[in-house]
Amino acid sequence: MAEVPKKLTIPPEEHMCAGHLACQGCGAALAMRYALKALGPNTVFTVPACCWSVIDGPFPYTTLGVPLFHIAFEAVAASACGLAAGLEIMGKKGVNVVAWAGDGGTADIGIQALSGAAERNDNILYICYDNEAYMNTGVQRSSSTPWGAWTTTTPARHFKKRPKKDLVDIMVAHHIPYVATAAMAFPEDLVAKVAKAKDIEGMKYLQIFASCPPGWRMAPEYSVKSVRLAVNTRVWPLLEVEHGVYNINRKPRKRTPVAEYLKLQGRFAHLTEEQFEEIQGMVDRNWERLLFLEKSTHEMAGVPLKGDKAAASKGKETEAAAG
Amino acid sequence: MKQVVTGNHTVAHAARVGRAQVVSAYPITPQTQVVEKISEFVADGIMDAKFIKVESEHSAMVACIGASAAGVRTFTATSAQGLALMHEVLHWAANARLPVVLANINRAMGPPWTIWTDQIDSLSERDTGWMQFYAESNQDIFDGILISFKVAEQVLLPAMVILEAFFLSHTAEPVDFPEQEEVDRFLPPRVATHTVDPEHPAAFGGLTGPDHYYELKYMEHNAMLEAEEVIKRVTQEYGDLTGRYYKMADPYRCEDAETVLLVSGGVASTAKDAVDEARAAGKKLGSLKIWAFRPFPREDVRELLLGRKRVAVVDRNISFGQEGIFCTEVKASLYGRDGAPPVLGFVAGLGGRDIKVRDLLAIAEAAEKDDCPEFNWYGVKP
Amino acid sequence: MTEKIEIRGACDMPPMAKSLGRMSWNLTGSWRNVTPVIDYEKCTICMLCWKFCPDLAITCTEPPEIILDYCKGCGVCAEECPVNCIEMREGI
Repeated sequence: MAEVPKKLTIPPEEHMCAGHLACQGCGAALAMRYALKALGPNTVFTVPACCWSVIDGPFPYTTLGVPLFHIAFEAVAASACGLAAGLEIMGKKGVNVVAWAGDGGTADIGIQALSGAAERNDNILYICYDNEAYMNTGVQRSSSTPWGAWTTTTPARHFKKRPKKDLVDIMVAHHIPYVATAAMAFPEDLVAKVAKAKDIEGMKYLQIFASCPPGWRMAPEYSVKSVRLAVNTRVWPLLEVEHGVYNINRKPRKRTPVAEYLKLQGRFAHLTEEQFEEIQGMVDRNWERLLFLEKSTHEMAGVPLKGDKAAASKGKETEAAAG
Repeated sequence: MKQVVTGNHTVAHAARVGRAQVVSAYPITPQTQVVEKISEFVADGIMDAKFIKVESEHSAMVACIGASAAGVRTFTATSAQGLALMHEVLHWAANARLPVVLANINRAMGPPWTIWTDQIDSLSERDTGWMQFYAESNQDIFDGILISFKVAEQVLLPAMVILEAFFLSHTAEPVDFPEQEEVDRFLPPRVATHTVDPEHPAAFGGLTGPDHYYELKYMEHNAMLEAEEVIKRVTQEYGDLTGRYYKMADPYRCEDAETVLLVSGGVASTAKDAVDEARAAGKKLGSLKIWAFRPFPREDVRELLLGRKRVAVVDRNISFGQEGIFCTEVKASLYGRDGAPPVLGFVAGLGGRDIKVRDLLAIAEAAEKDDCPEFNWYGVKP
Repeated sequence: MTEKIEIRGACDMPPMAKSLGRMSWNLTGSWRNVTPVIDYEKCTICMLCWKFCPDLAITCTEPPEIILDYCKGCGVCAEECPVNCIEMREGI
């Protein structure tokens, strides 16, 4: 019997089995695999209509090693709140109650229940795996589909002309203790964020960027590569917002052109070089906005920002004044 | 102990003494006093429950579904538009076989905006797999909710107790509240099976193909049929405890009645006065209240109605293009049976228009005419 | 590996669609049209292939092994391998 390797960067334990129904190279399957590693067995999932309502397998089977309660499309946040209340009353201690939804179930049809749960600050972890369209129903645009993308309801000759809805900002506006993004190409970061979130009391929101090779019209082997590029081109910044304070977790030293990310995927194949530049402009502006938010929220909270000496000294001054 | 309380507050008291553990609700006229009262109960610590104050009726039902799936006793209350918004997940509760209990205050559907009563909201949910009990009085509301918890938890189907906007919801009546210990004896804590529990992981409600879905429906229907037996057993037990024996189909002075007024809800109470008045005038009139609409007491209805000269069904509802819904249900129960009487339908009181004793007497009189149409809009101003 | 579950009818079913077993009976290896082959001469046991396999089809062992019963042939392991020691070969 071969040994378990000693130098693993994520936990070796698996809480889902092989045999699931995800497509080849599925980013959502990887996202689930990593999330489960951080959550462990004392966990309950509730899932609305999304790819994972199929991936888990048909009755009488399941893929997850933890309970999975399926619920209607717009309802997963409320379902999680009900389960959390019920499990607590049943005396089940410390159960992680996870609402696990796609971007459509989160940014579109599920946003009302999500907003309600966040405003109440109910003790649940809401995870949106974001593959930027209704993939389960055959790649229709969602409000999380980015500007420029092809989908079956935004054909190439009439591609999506509106930017992706910024769920992170919306969730931050609910004043919940923890809002973060992750990407399934960065498993260590993802596992660490889920592990951190599960121990925070109240509402936690995590949005995991997850590739969809068929929906992105991309070869399945680029599943991880594409999402790594999304982070490195700053299309999908990895960040955490704790009690309103922004932290960008990964600041790529060199600026990789967005075109490298876009050219990997057929859903952007119709775009011209000028349109690539247009997207580059959007990405750059967003990055500047996030840097500003990071700096200003640190200053307001009097927390020193790593690598920012001015803020660090100001933080000390504030501390001294408070002391 | 008897107290004078409104229908809405009766609902709240029933949820409290029935020991609902999770309540989730959203305010809507004419139900608001229910959520207000339960909020007070929970805040004052006299009700040991978690009240999830959600942002919509849809979420209210879903939160009840989630909590019920975890194994606790759950309760909500709503009305009209709220119930309609819940529609999708009413199916979810029933199909997931969760014993959620709901009080629906009958209110007519908009547009136009209206807050007054009729039964179209609840009857539109006829086929969702929920049991339905129509309350005649505030006492009925209280007893019906306790009975519902017990029956629902035994047959694994959700139950709806229905009361009329304002006529019951805002009207104070004396209600006999049993002692908490008595209620606890009748209604012990829920013993849940098939719960969402990390110690026994399973998926619930996953994709199910034609090979198995059909059998799940077969079982759901059988559960509803079994509910009829369970209701009879539980109401007997409840009657032994309180002296109040509920019948799924409840006759009043029907023994030798030639004409039977078939009624539901608070109208059943008015019908008793109408029957007494007609009897005093020498007419052989009786009334039959349908308390349990789902499961529908087909056998009881046959036993009580076969051989009568006629049945006049008073429907505070309409299935557009057909007739009143109770009327259709009664006809279906009697169809093809020896001695089946003519069933004459009278739609009345939509949108809260009052149904008085004199109206019921007029309906009975109209039904007795040889040329009475099969379907009538009683009192409409054409 | 769990077996397929035989359900004759309602008599074998819970009252709701509650799962009775795991998906591991479903050998997704049959979906594959290209097959990863590890060159163990070059493998550094970095475990990136295991880490990025969406189908749990690579063992967490020294050295890692492809579980052909489940490998769907997506090719992520070959793409991600930092020493290019995994080759995707035509066929199964």
